[in-house]
Amino acid sequence: MVQGLFTNYYETTAMIVFGIGFATLLLNKNIIKKIIGFNFMDTAIYLFLASKGYITGRLAPISFEGMNPTFENYINPIPAGLVLTGIVVSVSFSAFFLALAIRLYKAYNTLDLNEIIRLKNMEAEEE
Amino acid sequence: MLSLEQNFPFVCIILSMATGILCAALKPKKAMVVCIANLVINFILSLLALRYCIKVGDFTVYWMGHFPAPFGNEIRFGILETLLATGFSLVMLLSILGGLKHVFHDVDESKQNYYFLMQNLLFASILALIYTNDLFTAYVFVEINTLTSCSIVMLKKGRETLVATTRYLIMSLLGSGLFLIGISILYDITGHLLMPQIKESVEALAATGAYKFPLEMIICLFSIGMGVKSALYPFHSWLPDAHGSATSSASAVLSGLVLKGYIILLIKMFYRVFGLEIIYSSRVLDILFVLGILAMTIGSIKAISERDLKRMIAYSSVAQIGYIYLGIGIGNELGMAAALLQVLVHAFTKPMLFNTAGAFMDVADGKKKFKYLAGAARKNMFAGIVFAIGALSMIGIPLFAGFSVKYYLGLSALENAPRVVLSIIALIISTVLNAIYYIPALMVLFRKTEDTEKVVFIPKNPDIPYIISSIVFVIANFVFGKFASYFIDLIIKGLGMFA
Repeated sequence: MVQGLFTNYYETTAMIVFGIGFATLLLNKNIIKKIIGFNFMDTAIYLFLASKGYITGRLAPISFEGMNPTFENYINPIPAGLVLTGIVVSVSFSAFFLALAIRLYKAYNTLDLNEIIRLKNMEAEEE
Repeated sequence: MLSLEQNFPFVCIILSMATGILCAALKPKKAMVVCIANLVINFILSLLALRYCIKVGDFTVYWMGHFPAPFGNEIRFGILETLLATGFSLVMLLSILGGLKHVFHDVDESKQNYYFLMQNLLFASILALIYTNDLFTAYVFVEINTLTSCSIVMLKKGRETLVATTRYLIMSLLGSGLFLIGISILYDITGHLLMPQIKESVEALAATGAYKFPLEMIICLFSIGMGVKSALYPFHSWLPDAHGSATSSASAVLSGLVLKGYIILLIKMFYRVFGLEIIYSSRVLDILFVLGILAMTIGSIKAISERDLKRMIAYSSVAQIGYIYLGIGIGNELGMAAALLQVLVHAFTKPMLFNTAGAFMDVADGKKKFKYLAGAARKNMFAGIVFAIGALSMIGIPLFAGFSVKYYLGLSALENAPRVVLSIIALIISTVLNAIYYIPALMVLFRKTEDTEKVVFIPKNPDIPYIISSIVFVIANFVFGKFASYFIDLIIKGLGMFA
């Protein structure tokens, strides 16, 4: 069991980083740190996918002169495609989240989520 | 050779995306026309596709980009998918019509066309979730769905929606992170992304008993991921904020359709990725069953203590989502069919309530707390009657749509002896709780106050789109109440060609 964790150290690292990112996104009260946590989480998944697509001793699937273009020479290209798609998704979410953080800061002058919720509840009670 | 109708689901998705992007370049009024025209076309095309599926009696697999099975991307549809798409396009159309007035009031003028852009993209992503046969495509559209629905919540003027959006965004990101890691592990152990191929590998693995723990883990990750996004009970905390503060048609679409897209995806994964046998043996349905019951009771209890009309309706959504998970958790075909009937019925009832809440806010200077809404129904009797019909349907009075769902849920529970007692008790308790918060709400709305001595049926400057949409919603409600057996037959036929 423990030896498995060390043999598959890419996957182990990916899961630990995923856990850190998940916990930060869920529990940290600072919005910017939450965004960082979200990026940790997604990056961990890309590490996982990339390590699954790599096969030791093989090359990237690009053919060039003097190279025998059979599949035995190449790594699996699909995880790379998935990682690219995932990066696009997480970039757009980071952009959206950062824009939201700017609007929150303009509206409440703080990035502490607990403080923001407190201010908002005070407003709601006054109404 | 494909017949013409078999292209329609693909055309619907592409058309919604293209018109969405077109809306970005148009003036708000024109964007509105484009958006509504797109939804009308979508409704007609989906209806034709449904008619074709019923006529042929078989599902269709549509290759994207002419690559055969293990490599290409696929759309797959039968009676169930086209029925859901038809219902959803009608609901989308009516919700947008019903809340048009508020959109032009609530959203900043320079951003109104983006509202229609987001609605179109949102609709395209819901359609894609219904039709797709590929897990990674499903992931991408889940994310598009999240992004657009968060933007729709945020579009309303003022800072009230910012915190709601933040909560919604964080919970959604956690859910989609779990979903993505699930897909990655599943791809890792099966080597496929298309659902039928994954199912072959999963069945082969299950036969040998290898990878039992990772498979259970994946089922868990998918269920929690989709549960967070569809506001299943312990993960519902973001819902009342987001649905309670958005503009009324956005709330209508969010609780009527967006939550359902994820549930349909989860059911699809149960049927097509794992197969029901593995799902039954993994006991995930037990957990969904219990969480469904908790959602039905605790969602309603939270709604009772709510002092804000829209937030009360939002908490009622939590309870209604519980019914869907109860139906899934009962674990037989009729239960699943009842759950899918509830998907449709709730999609037709909740937008009606949210749009009507918007109409009440109109006559009460935009306030949505109950203390300002006393007598609102007397100032707009039409909206009052529509709200009463919606509320009675939610409680489950016979003749209305909500009753037929409860009837079929009870019937399906009777077929599964170990679950029958709990299900029936939960249904009864939840019905009573629904009555406990909807009836006082009606009493406050219809209360005679000083300035409402005279009853006004429809206020001056009538909101014609809202009236039309409400009439259609009410008719649909009675249709579901009266002809539920027809829909159940159709759904069971659809489930037969779903797996």
